[in-house]
Amino acid sequence: MSDVTRIEIAMRSGFSDSRGRAVARRIRTHLGIPVRDVRTRDVYHVEPALSPGEAERVAREFAGPVTRVGAVGRVEDPGPWDVAISVGYRPGVTDPVGKSARVAIEDLLGRSLGPGAAVYTSRVYLLAGVDLEQGRRIARELLANEIIERISVLDWDSFARGPVDLSVPRVAVTTVPEVETIDLERSDDDLVRLSRERLLALSLDELRTIRDFFRRAGDDPARRAAGLGPAPTDAELECLAQTWSEHCKHKIMNARIRYEEPGAAPETIDSLFRTYIRGTTEQLDARIRAREGASWLVSVFHDNAGVIAATDRHHLVYKVETHNSPSALDPYGGAITGIVGVNRDPFGTGLGSELLSNVWGYCFASPRTSTAIPRGLLHPRRIREGVHQGVIDGGNQSGIPYARGWEYFDPRFLGKPLVFCGTVGRMPVTVAGRPAERKRCRPGDRIVMVGGRIGKDGIHGATFSSAELTEESPVQAVQIGDPITQKMMFDFLLEARDRGLYSAITDNGAGGLSSSVGEMAQQPGGARMDLARAPLKYQGLAPWEILVSEAQERMTVAVPPDRLDEFLELARRREVEATDLGEFTDDGMFHVLHDGRTVCFLPLEFLHDGLPPMELTARWSPPGHRPMPVAPRPDPATFGQQAREFLARENLASNELIARQYDHEVKGLTIVRPFVGRAGDVPSDAAVMQIEHGRWEGYVLAEGVFPCYSDVDAWAMAEAGVDLAVRRVLAAGARFDRIAALDNYCWPDPLPGPDNPDAEHKLAQLVRASRGLARACLAYGVPLISGKDSMKNDAVIGGMRISIPPTLLVSAIALIEDVRRAVTLETRAAGDVLFVVGETRDELGGTEWARARGVDGGDVPRCTPEDWAARYRAVSGAIRDGLVRAAHAPGRGGLLPALFQMARAARLGIEADLDAVPVDGQPGWEALAFAESCGRFLLSCAPERCAELERRLDGVPHAVLGRFVEPQVLRLSLGGEPLLDAEVDGLAAGWERTLNDDAAGEDGR
Amino acid sequence: MSAGRYGGVRVLIPTGFGLNCEAETAHAFRALGAEPDLVHWTDLFAHRHGRRLADYDVLVFVGGFSYGDHIAGGLVLATRIRARLLDDLRAFLDRGGYALGICNGFQTLLRLGLLPGPDAPPHDFEPRADLAPNDRLGYRDAWVTLRVEPDTRCAWLRGIDRLEVPSRHGEGRFVVADDAELERLERRGAVVLRYVGPDGEPTEAWPHNPNGSRRGVAGITDATGRILGLMPHPDAFLHPWHHPRALVSDAPEDEFSRTGLAVFRAGLEAAASR
Repeated sequence: MSDVTRIEIAMRSGFSDSRGRAVARRIRTHLGIPVRDVRTRDVYHVEPALSPGEAERVAREFAGPVTRVGAVGRVEDPGPWDVAISVGYRPGVTDPVGKSARVAIEDLLGRSLGPGAAVYTSRVYLLAGVDLEQGRRIARELLANEIIERISVLDWDSFARGPVDLSVPRVAVTTVPEVETIDLERSDDDLVRLSRERLLALSLDELRTIRDFFRRAGDDPARRAAGLGPAPTDAELECLAQTWSEHCKHKIMNARIRYEEPGAAPETIDSLFRTYIRGTTEQLDARIRAREGASWLVSVFHDNAGVIAATDRHHLVYKVETHNSPSALDPYGGAITGIVGVNRDPFGTGLGSELLSNVWGYCFASPRTSTAIPRGLLHPRRIREGVHQGVIDGGNQSGIPYARGWEYFDPRFLGKPLVFCGTVGRMPVTVAGRPAERKRCRPGDRIVMVGGRIGKDGIHGATFSSAELTEESPVQAVQIGDPITQKMMFDFLLEARDRGLYSAITDNGAGGLSSSVGEMAQQPGGARMDLARAPLKYQGLAPWEILVSEAQERMTVAVPPDRLDEFLELARRREVEATDLGEFTDDGMFHVLHDGRTVCFLPLEFLHDGLPPMELTARWSPPGHRPMPVAPRPDPATFGQQAREFLARENLASNELIARQYDHEVKGLTIVRPFVGRAGDVPSDAAVMQIEHGRWEGYVLAEGVFPCYSDVDAWAMAEAGVDLAVRRVLAAGARFDRIAALDNYCWPDPLPGPDNPDAEHKLAQLVRASRGLARACLAYGVPLISGKDSMKNDAVIGGMRISIPPTLLVSAIALIEDVRRAVTLETRAAGDVLFVVGETRDELGGTEWARARGVDGGDVPRCTPEDWAARYRAVSGAIRDGLVRAAHAPGRGGLLPALFQMARAARLGIEADLDAVPVDGQPGWEALAFAESCGRFLLSCAPERCAELERRLDGVPHAVLGRFVEPQVLRLSLGGEPLLDAEVDGLAAGWERTLNDDAAGEDGR
Repeated sequence: MSAGRYGGVRVLIPTGFGLNCEAETAHAFRALGAEPDLVHWTDLFAHRHGRRLADYDVLVFVGGFSYGDHIAGGLVLATRIRARLLDDLRAFLDRGGYALGICNGFQTLLRLGLLPGPDAPPHDFEPRADLAPNDRLGYRDAWVTLRVEPDTRCAWLRGIDRLEVPSRHGEGRFVVADDAELERLERRGAVVLRYVGPDGEPTEAWPHNPNGSRRGVAGITDATGRILGLMPHPDAFLHPWHHPRALVSDAPEDEFSRTGLAVFRAGLEAAASR
């Protein structure tokens, strides 16, 4: 204990502590505790202790000259305060600040702190106006997450006059556990128990397959020669569990499914993935080749991210991932790991990509949820703040601008929030003279792990995400991303890439080394490595733990033996850790040793192809939906108020304030930002970014997601997602023939089980969503280039199951030849004419209006993409030829929010006659204003070019809806009578307030 | 644009440790005809790069998150530079070199004591001011308008009166001991850039002033006028279409011709004519 130096840094009295003020505000608004004042301190514990003179120097250096004061031990403060809360990490939790502090101290003092030394950081909050009990509540519910952090709450006297706290969260050093052998010759019940107790997430069928394999192969002479007996080791079982996890193998998307629906003969689908996703892309690839002679699909499905051709110099790489379960437990850590984790996917594709932009999207329960939160779950406001702050820090510190961001709220996301994070990369067409999309890992190449060290963090992440959340979910499953360590690793690896120092690269993500090396080994045909060489954060890890740990910021590369010295030397120079773990072989085995002793000896064939396909049944019983009860048409004044309240709903409101905490223009390639318009406060339809400095080619990003349409039909949900993503990129000016998409499924558990009675229905929803996805993509010519599925988005708390609505996120990436010709939803001038394209139908089911009214809305919006492709071509042509001044794809909320946003963006008014809207059927006033019918665009056009636009839209259902006017009012009429006459400013008031809550995201950690 | 004119100006852009604006900063110099060297700090520390700092005319501290802004923005990097490269830096300054620090680079220059620096050369590397967390806590990315102090002797701002650029930081509130000290710095001509409101006057009000700096301070120069540090990012406004209003303009090339390149051009011009 005494061999520790404590240094405190605090704001000098007289200087404002903005962090303290923000915490005070959140205590008041979130917890309703009338705290009077809060000040904060940063604490650094250095072990082993520094000399008194050294400690003083460090305290001075860390404090700086003016606003802060540093002290060894304790900063003097006359107080009086009431309560002091200290928050530090638990042992073994990543402490990036401590790591940087160590570097600074060593350079400042000009000496190494020595092996085993560490700097541990913590924070102190001094509070006035609260008692100890309130202090404990503030600590637990706002300042700390006890899964990863330790809390101490003291009264002021004990803190200020008691002994100085010198405790540090050092990981207790233990001896390395022995490798266990696990006998699988046991009853079925015992096998199932084994899987549960070891968190293997393997089914009985899978365990039997493994048992049968060892019955056959256990006596193999090669295995005996390697020193292993007939039963599997813990490392082998863990390795199989990770590799065969739902997370890694997508067993449900690859299952054989018997699909039944009323009035139709049962069908068998052999893998949803192969049939509807890869099948769609293969068809489209053939179509592209027939039309263009070559395909722009460069690499799809078999690598970490999809690759499309973009310019003569670069391909584009795109991947979107989810990080739901960890974000539910530790919102900040889970989310930052989500974003820096998905960064590694494009980075680890082919021979590696530079990262150009990030996207994010979250599904939460309302941050204003006032019902009791079940034990084991966090309040959605806390989840929201933590997730935002995590992705903000992860993206900003990595120097990657975000291009798109969205939020969606529904009470069912209480059980599991959805945290989507994605990254676009830029891959040179060739690297060191070779095609960059191809890895060339050969026997004899060295297996080199680069980046962070291995700890127990993140063990069982892959199997954990493949299991539902319970009160006992393991804390080991939470990792905390460290963007700076990763950024330094990426900088180094790009240098190594361009010098041709490695032949293949992949990410250490789910499953850790077992997955990364296991997957890379498939190309050369084997791998042999020794885990004892791997750098550890602390001693005492069992070999199996080293093998499957998901400790972050690591990549695995294959380095040709003749480049190894150069590679390792460059890593040393760049202060990046790189370790030679072994070599790739061609003996067909995944051979893992620990200090020379074999701990895992599995044929690659069994590891990768031994998994028996799942057999499942899906039964579709269309959920009934009642038509929407007709609401009487309101008078314009009443309707003005209703419209204001509607626009202020969480699912329509602006989140600009928090969105601007994400950098969106680092790299200097951003053209159309997340928020556009005269005051930069209206969300754009799509992002437009340059690919390279000095050139005008660009890419366009947008997405579509409609979770609540699944309540009626997941088919419609999927189609609407594709349709909106496509309309949005077209509205921005993208080429129609260069749109690709990613599919991210987040589903409630579709596997049958005693506590999951409607699994067959959820599986039927999965089938229908996949069919809808395929149909729309085929009709629009949009290949699916990458995707991911997350199948356990349920929480079972106290016997109650909370399942999310089945959600498919469709993320489009498209090309534009010249970013200077991009279009947004902001028009130029009063007098511009407003066109609507596409029919409006009585489609209010699953819409925001039906949710606002709290009633069934009838059927959900349906797509006829085969009919709409020609329409989109016409619209896209008009936009790209410069006929259109503004373009907008109406989405959630329907026409009224779309018109509001166009008016707001231009700081103009709109006068529109809804009688002009092309219709299909007989939509009433509510449908005209709020139906979310797909296939529609709003376009604005200078008066003198309207005739030309009309000609271009010949044969396409469209109409002049109205015009932009100088006074900032939204005037809608219907049946010759005014329907709405409202000031745009007034409509915007609630829309701007709901989510732009000042406290949200302010140090949301 | 005089492509050939700045070809001989030697520009050094150190990289690494979480800095992340080197690509756009390098492009700004290239667009003006200079050929900057991008060199990793570790190679400068180890003297592995063929040239020393003093061989350069211009040294750029780019934006980013060196060491994640841990402890305080720019602190860890400045501590390392001070420990490993102080003599080289001194030689560079003694030779009359020009330095620019943007955002994290500004924070680093402040921690190194180069800004605001002593009232007269030579530099003593004594920190005298902080860039504290924004008054309204948190990072924010939004465009701001800056006014250049009239008659400034700062080489990087010669001929510029106004700049529209994005501001992107969480720690940008310039703080000195008290208002008297700030006034003294103003009299010395150290304050060269201020956030202005819609009326064109310096402001302390969010969002036009994103961090609450007293009297709208956004950029500082040293006693020689050869070093400039500023929080907002001229490196993110490289061509007219970077401006958020360009796509709705009928003539963006005219309307938004005053890009952030002006700062780099002024620095190159000064370096070229010395």
